[in-house]
Amino acid sequence: MKSFVREFITQSRHVTQELRHRQLIQTALGKYEVKRDEKKAAFQNWPAARQAAAETKWEAINHLDQHLTDFARRLEARGTVVHWASTAETARDIILGIVRDSKARSIIKSKAMTAEEIHLNDALEHAGFEVVESDLGEYIVQLRKEAPYHIVFPAMHLTRGEISELFARELGSAPTESPEELTMIARRALRQKYITADVGITGANFAIAETGMISITENEGNARLTAALPKVMITLLGIEKILPRLEDLALFLPMLATAGAGQALTCYNSLYGGPRQPGESDGPEQYHVVLLDNRRTQLLADPEQRDALHCIRCGACLNVCPIYRNIGGHTYATTYSGPIGSVITPHLRGLQDWKHLSYASSLCGACTETCPVKIDLHHHLLQNRRNSARQKPSRTEKLTFKLAAVVMNRPRLYAIVKKMARLFQPLHKLVKGSRLDPAYAWTQTRDLPTVPDQSFKDWWRTRA
Amino acid sequence: MSAASYYMTITLFIPCFVDMMYPKVGISMVHILERLGHKINYPEELVCCGQPAFNSGYWDESRTVATKVLDRLKDAEAVVIASGSCGAMLKVFYPDLFAQTPQAQNAKNLASKCYEFSDFLANRLGVTDLGARFPAKVTFHDGCHGLRELGNKKPARALLAKVRELELIEMKDAETCCGFGGTFAAKFPMISTAMGEVKCASAFATGAEYIVSNDSSCLMQVQGLLDRQKNPVKTIHLAEILAQS
Repeated sequence: MKSFVREFITQSRHVTQELRHRQLIQTALGKYEVKRDEKKAAFQNWPAARQAAAETKWEAINHLDQHLTDFARRLEARGTVVHWASTAETARDIILGIVRDSKARSIIKSKAMTAEEIHLNDALEHAGFEVVESDLGEYIVQLRKEAPYHIVFPAMHLTRGEISELFARELGSAPTESPEELTMIARRALRQKYITADVGITGANFAIAETGMISITENEGNARLTAALPKVMITLLGIEKILPRLEDLALFLPMLATAGAGQALTCYNSLYGGPRQPGESDGPEQYHVVLLDNRRTQLLADPEQRDALHCIRCGACLNVCPIYRNIGGHTYATTYSGPIGSVITPHLRGLQDWKHLSYASSLCGACTETCPVKIDLHHHLLQNRRNSARQKPSRTEKLTFKLAAVVMNRPRLYAIVKKMARLFQPLHKLVKGSRLDPAYAWTQTRDLPTVPDQSFKDWWRTRA
Repeated sequence: MSAASYYMTITLFIPCFVDMMYPKVGISMVHILERLGHKINYPEELVCCGQPAFNSGYWDESRTVATKVLDRLKDAEAVVIASGSCGAMLKVFYPDLFAQTPQAQNAKNLASKCYEFSDFLANRLGVTDLGARFPAKVTFHDGCHGLRELGNKKPARALLAKVRELELIEMKDAETCCGFGGTFAAKFPMISTAMGEVKCASAFATGAEYIVSNDSSCLMQVQGLLDRQKNPVKTIHLAEILAQS
């Protein structure tokens, strides 16, 4: 159980010492901030837009049962097969079943964090199928056999040179630092895969209850090809993706693009409502929608934190988080990294295993301030801490805070502690910054202030 | 209501680290508020707001400390807190901490009369010009709790704008956390330090001689790093600048 926290600490130490890596991430996210601010300014009233979005998602999540049944019924009316998966395992089995039934060999996939969440690619590959990621960033990390670094920018941690080397090694291409040429290399490799793929798997950005439609937003056209070319299309999505009405997209599409990538709107915005209908010339013969719970309903049952289900996976909270910017995406070792990941992972994968992410925060609140759907992220981190300490307190910590309370509530005792701090200060110099230093966690990298001879209270008393 | 027409009894809340390590901050506050004609009340037995236990998840232990604060400040006319972070604890988090307890109403009452120092001067007293003079280039660091929990972006800048011979140069990312975060700084020192390094670099880039803040805890983090780096830039609390003449 402890290994998750140990691994987190080891990785944090490693990345924080890699100045080049930190610089790369901070530069990239600095550019994002400039673009985001430009696009935010195009909204008549960004705070009001956030409020409207939060209210819409509140409505969607608080009537989730109704919206989901409406959504499913309308999809089914057009011949879509809707599957309900309560766990990751069920979802994998459902998808494997569909793929086997369609006698598929190769699968093309567009970006889906839910697929990462249920480790879908591993399951499909293990069962002998070829799966190819078609989003450029995802394709790159897939070739590297890595998890996505960021919810929205999966390969943001790599330089052009590193991508060129990867392509040369894996695809036999000539080295190049030109982004256009690199894209063309991936494009040539991927075009062939679209044509030969038997099944296309996509995620979803929104699920429209009113019309029974999936909304997918993207910048590369790869999700469109994934949906259009193979005979069988599968969409995997979390149940929280619901929006009540089609017109809600008028707010949510520009908002997602702005908060997520600093764009006014993503390049391609598509709606899918079913398989090829009679008289239509294209589209898949079969369309399957897999709705994933995977403990989202547990989060729904928590009145304090259910607004975490408002999340539209824009990644804005990662982008502004000073922790994320200094430790990077892989250090979290979770599907969802950054503040939203630290909030929901304990709910999805176990509080005691993942509570360290809630503690690994200065609670600065930059995430909450930026979240387009107003999730109270940093306060949820506090609640996770409280819940974990209640459920399984650390004995040393509990004792420390009990003792501290005794000292703080007794002025005489506090005065003695103060006097001792002053007395021990010269001795502290002998061990300062070494392993013997009781304040090593601080003094390893930072100096401590000198304790002055006269405290505020001493001074106050001289006036009396 | 202007300072001249109405004098109050102001109760000062001096947190442990200000009492022990930064007494000048509290002393400056007393001087400033007395100069404005107000009477200062300092309850000596209050040293901690209970935030470390609260932030670590130990709410029962936090309440042990906070209950005393609540009782002792019940009848105060106005409470001024010498830290944005402790201010947020009293004003924003006590109502959470005491929700569904017999003290819930007390916590709400206290919240309504708590002020962080700069907010108190600029918004409650309506005073921004204290006649201070500080001939230096400074940059201001927004402590996260003061900024985001209490919503205090403007008061400190309004106060600094009136200080004679002071030049304020805003740093890039003034609102980015310094990495202190209480127990976080000791639990995850490598992350805390990395965040502090980013803060110091962006402050240093302004060419300012002083980094000013209204939270001594942020300044302890920043000064601790600057000293270790042998960086000549100094940190100073807003109250210390305002008390200079």
